Amino acid sequence: MAHTVLHKAETRGHANHGWLNSYHSFSFSSYYNPERMNFGALRVLNDDTVDAGMGFGKHPHDNMEIISIPLEGDLEHKDSMNNVAVIKNGDIQAMSAGTGIYHSEYNKDREQRVKFLQIWVYPDKKNVEPRYDQITLNLEDRHNKLQQILSPNADDEGVWIHQNAWFHLGKFDKGVSTEYNIKGKGNGVYVFVLNGDVKVNDQLLNTRDGYGIWDTDKFTITVETDAEFLLMEVPMEF
Amino acid sequence: MKTEILAIGRHPEILQTVVRLVNNNPEWNATGAGTDDEAILAFSAQPFRLVLLGGGIEKESEDRLCAAFRALNPDIIIVQHYGGGSGLLFAEIYQALN
Repeated sequence: MAHTVLHKAETRGHANHGWLNSYHSFSFSSYYNPERMNFGALRVLNDDTVDAGMGFGKHPHDNMEIISIPLEGDLEHKDSMNNVAVIKNGDIQAMSAGTGIYHSEYNKDREQRVKFLQIWVYPDKKNVEPRYDQITLNLEDRHNKLQQILSPNADDEGVWIHQNAWFHLGKFDKGVSTEYNIKGKGNGVYVFVLNGDVKVNDQLLNTRDGYGIWDTDKFTITVETDAEFLLMEVPMEF
Repeated sequence: MKTEILAIGRHPEILQTVVRLVNNNPEWNATGAGTDDEAILAFSAQPFRLVLLGGGIEKESEDRLCAAFRALNPDIIIVQHYGGGSGLLFAEIYQALN
């Protein structure tokens, strides 16, 4: 029988630093809630808004798979591997921090804010060589169907990470329904609604709600209004 | 009395950052060690409550360190530190101490 967990949007941790307004689905930085530590290998889901001209200064990471999905505006990334890139809505960035990297992320635009999801997944092996990847997705490929944006395989669709994980984005019209078949044995899926009303089996979710489902092979997604959502399939044991 | 925390990691700048972040909490005091020998020496010299195993520590070193620490203090709490910065550090420490 499937197990589930519901995280309503308003129950997330919240930190407003002025230049950065962040909602945390799981314990992060100064937000600590022992009931909200992770969903399997999914450890961080931050819903960040960065003011115009502001950003995260140079800071380190190690042993974590870090995925950024811009929702609005452009974010400039610079790292200690000499990568300089701008990610914008429609892109996805994946970084394996491994043995250690430094990076910065800035909103270079003087007028427009940036909204992006910052997602951390525990790696399936520690101390890997750091790596960075970024691709531009075709937005049409998620209209009324699931678009794979991340997998464990370098030659598969989307970016890849060091974990048995698959991410999909969907932008569905009202009334459209699909079935999601879990790919990895022992995996669960964390559904995050970007906007609109979405039903997972019989559970209604609203904008920015999160819903984890595991111990099942598949589930049904039906959108009650036009809606966008992100599915994050991750191992529950890692 | 402050909670003494031993942070071990191979990347000098990240280790320095972790020590600084831990020490931002007035109830905690961190000591950093970049090598196994430094870590074992530090552990022998003062009573730690918690060990944070950071990035770059090979499995053999990890096993050797854990065995050495537990031989000196069977109650020592040893946890992995992931992420290399402020994101998970405080939750990892709170979780371990509670």
